[in-house]
This record gives sequence, structure tokens and C-alpha cells, in this order.
Amino acid sequence: MNIVRALKCRECGQEYDIEPTHVCEFCFGPLEVVYDYEKLDGYFTRELIESRPQTMWRYKELLPINGDPTVGAQNGFTPLVRAKNLEKVLGVKELYIKNDSVCYPTLSFKDRVVSVALSKAVEFGFTTVACASTGNLAGSVAANAAAAGLESYVFIPHDLEQGKILGAGVFGTNIIGIKGKYDDVNRLCSEVAGKYGWAFVNVNVRPFYAEGSKSLGYEVMEQLGWKAPKHIVVPMASGSLCTKVDKSIKEFIKLGLIEDNQTAVYGAQATGCSPIAKSVKDGTDMIHPVHADTIAKSLAIGNPADGYYANRVINESGGWAEDISDDEVVAAMKLLAETEGIFAETAGGVTLGCAKKMIESGKLPRDESIVLCITGNGLKTMEAVADAVTKPRIIEASLKEFDLLAEADGVNV
Amino acid sequence: MSVTVRIPTPLRKLTAGADEVSIEGANVGAMIDNLEAAHPGLKERLCDDTGEIRRFVNIYVNDEDVRFMGGRNAELKDGDELSIVPAIAGGI
Repeated sequence: MNIVRALKCRECGQEYDIEPTHVCEFCFGPLEVVYDYEKLDGYFTRELIESRPQTMWRYKELLPINGDPTVGAQNGFTPLVRAKNLEKVLGVKELYIKNDSVCYPTLSFKDRVVSVALSKAVEFGFTTVACASTGNLAGSVAANAAAAGLESYVFIPHDLEQGKILGAGVFGTNIIGIKGKYDDVNRLCSEVAGKYGWAFVNVNVRPFYAEGSKSLGYEVMEQLGWKAPKHIVVPMASGSLCTKVDKSIKEFIKLGLIEDNQTAVYGAQATGCSPIAKSVKDGTDMIHPVHADTIAKSLAIGNPADGYYANRVINESGGWAEDISDDEVVAAMKLLAETEGIFAETAGGVTLGCAKKMIESGKLPRDESIVLCITGNGLKTMEAVADAVTKPRIIEASLKEFDLLAEADGVNV
Repeated sequence: MSVTVRIPTPLRKLTAGADEVSIEGANVGAMIDNLEAAHPGLKERLCDDTGEIRRFVNIYVNDEDVRFMGGRNAELKDGDELSIVPAIAGGI
């Protein structure tokens, strides 16, 4: 059942037909997909959803494509992990990790948005897809395009982590490194998109692309036993995920799938690029662009397009935003790995580190459910922790040598 | 004092399809006023009622965001290249 109604400007409310377009012609405001939810009355039930395969597409009625996906049909449905060890370390009662560091196929939550964007691109008749990316999106576009038989161009800052460059290039995409920061890449792509007839997932098909993020929220609620968490912490770059998690919760409430749990949404940024967190802390909705400088490169967007809306979601939901230093990011990556066995990328360190800071400051209560959204895999940002992790101790293949080592460690035979 | 302004797709209806226009202006504010005179309707797309550049409009002078250069008061010099770019999202 297709319940998509139109594209609607978030600023002035002007509606547009479903086309590959992303900004309002009148006020330049961003366009968003709107739905006729009442068409789902009595049809879109927990039972229907539970009867479907465990992928993000079990919620397909709430994703803006016609019929079944043509790209990325297996994507999504990642584990929600009860983080018992972290609970003890942080001194909180109920903590979960939504672990998109193992999202199929490219180990980041971008596989969700790309699946929607490329399915929509195919629907529109595009044969070449493209993106501006801080790395994860490039890998996901390249992989999903390869699997779907689409040509792809991915644009990245030239100095990204090796894991992200290789993790896109291996799929045979046309990978273009831009001498500049992500904001420069983004600007170039906006102009390229205006000139070349491609589906740019985060430019002209962005309204559809962004909706894919909602699937992360749907899964969290289903995995909690059809319940929204009291608190949810998300990393912020453009601020898009923050707004879409909030939208996913509101949709499930509207559809009667869950009770309203007054969920508060919290945003996490690295101090070297924290325009949204700063605006929240300063009590303003004015986002001042910054020149990004942080090891959390996937969050290094100095001019966040959805910053204003993320700020609003945080304020209206009763959440908060925080930022932490690069050293704290590395420490949090290690903490997550050592307590829960999850190797998250730098953005995951930002999320956990900011959550820790907000727990300590009392902004996040210790006795209510908290979900942390981990959106990417640490194997792609190994440089960040290379100097901070234990190196192997090298010995000969000799039992005697190992005995000496074990004895020094105080290990009893 | 003539500068070149690259016009994004959504605004080309107002420039008779031109993707680039030459315009006079000592600063960004004056440039926008002159754009409006040459292509009526452009200013209200770029600026809000108070004349400030809209939240979702980015203007770059030779690759630098004018928000870092004093916004409307950012000074221009002969031969500068300007881009008007709608805000777009990526990352997370």
C-alpha cells in the first residue's frame, strides 16, 4: 500500500509532486516526504510487521518507494544490545546499544538511507547514482550501486581515513577526492547535481534518502518490545538522523503501534565541529557554521543543513546536546569495545562519550531507559585509535617463552 | 566592480535559464539588490523579510561562505566568483 502523499516544504508548506527535487522553489527550504497515515488504519499492525523478514523493509509502508525495494532488500535490522557491562561502568539502570556498526552490507547506518535512495532512483529511471560523503555514504552508495548494476560517482574529502577510501573504491565506483573539507565537497556536489542528470542521493533524491533513517527508530521500538525508550542519544553531523528518529517515534505513536513514552532526543557532537550542540547549549536556534576540525570525520559538517530542525527536536522533546574532545572520543571508543565488545567508529565514540558526560552532569537520568545509536564501524577509522590500543607482545613459538610471559602476568597454571 | 554569480537550478527560471550572470556590487547586499533589479523575484528567494540571507541559502565568494565574511556586508572585488547553493545534507 502506497501512502506517500507529496513532497512538502518544511518552511513554507508548499507541496510538490513526487519528483527528484529537494529544495522549495519559493523559499529554498528543504522538502520532506509527507504521508496519508490514515490509509494504514487497521492494516499496518504489529502482527503484519512481525510476520515479515527481518530487514528494514518490514516497515516499507512508511518508506517512500512504490512497492518492494529494488536495491538493498536485505539491509537493516541490526541488533539492539542490552549493555549490562556499560550500565555498571556508567552507573545507569537500563542501557541499550543500537548497533548499526554491523549494518548490511557496508557496516554503517548509511545502508538504510542508500537502500531507499537507490530504489527511488531506479523508480525515477536514473542509471547513474552519486553522493557527497564523509566516507560511510560513499561506501554504501558504491556497494549498493554495484549490487544493483548502477553506475556510481562518489565525492569525498581527499584526506579521509584509508578504510573509508578503500571501503568505497573496492566496489569499482568512480571515486573523486576533493581538495577541501566535507562542506566544500557538498557545495561542489550541489553544483554538479544541477548540471549532470544523476541521482545524487543527498542532493536531488535527499527527501527520500533521509526517510531511510527512520527505520533505525522503528527497529529500536520493536526490539524494545513495541516501546519507545525514555531517552535516545544520536550522533549529529547534518542533524538529519536526530530529526528522523524523532519522526519515527511520532509515526509509531500516530499509528497506534506504541504508547507515547515522552521520549527525549539527545544529540552528540565532537567539540571540533559542534555547531548544533553549541546552539542548544546557548539556548538559541541560530546555527553558526564552523570550520570543522575533529577526528570524528563522519560528523565533520560545519554547516549542518538540518541543524535548525535537530535543535528544535532536542528542545521540544526535552533532550539536550553535548560535545566532547577528540581524546574523549578515543577513550569512549575503547570503553565501548572493552565493555561490550563493539568496535564503533569515531562517531560511536562521540555518542557514548557525550552520553557519559550527560549522565555525569545529570542531563541524562540514571534510572530510566537509554538507547545509544552506534552508526558506523571502527574498522573504517582505525587511525583514530591506532596509538591508543594494546600492541601485541612478540615472542618465539616457544612454550618456555610463553611460560615466562604468563608468570610475569601472574597467571596460575 | 563586476562579479560572476553562479545560479542554482531552482532559480534559473528567474534568469531565463542562465546558469551564470555578471553583476555589479561592492558587497554581497548590493550585489543581491542589483540581481533583483536585473532579475526581479530573486531577492525574495535569497533573503527574508528583514533582508537577511535565508537560513537555507548559502552564498560563497571564491569558495568562502559569506557567513564567515560578514554576511550581507561581505565586500566584493572585481572578478570575484560567487555561488548560490541551497543547503544540502549528508553525514549523519
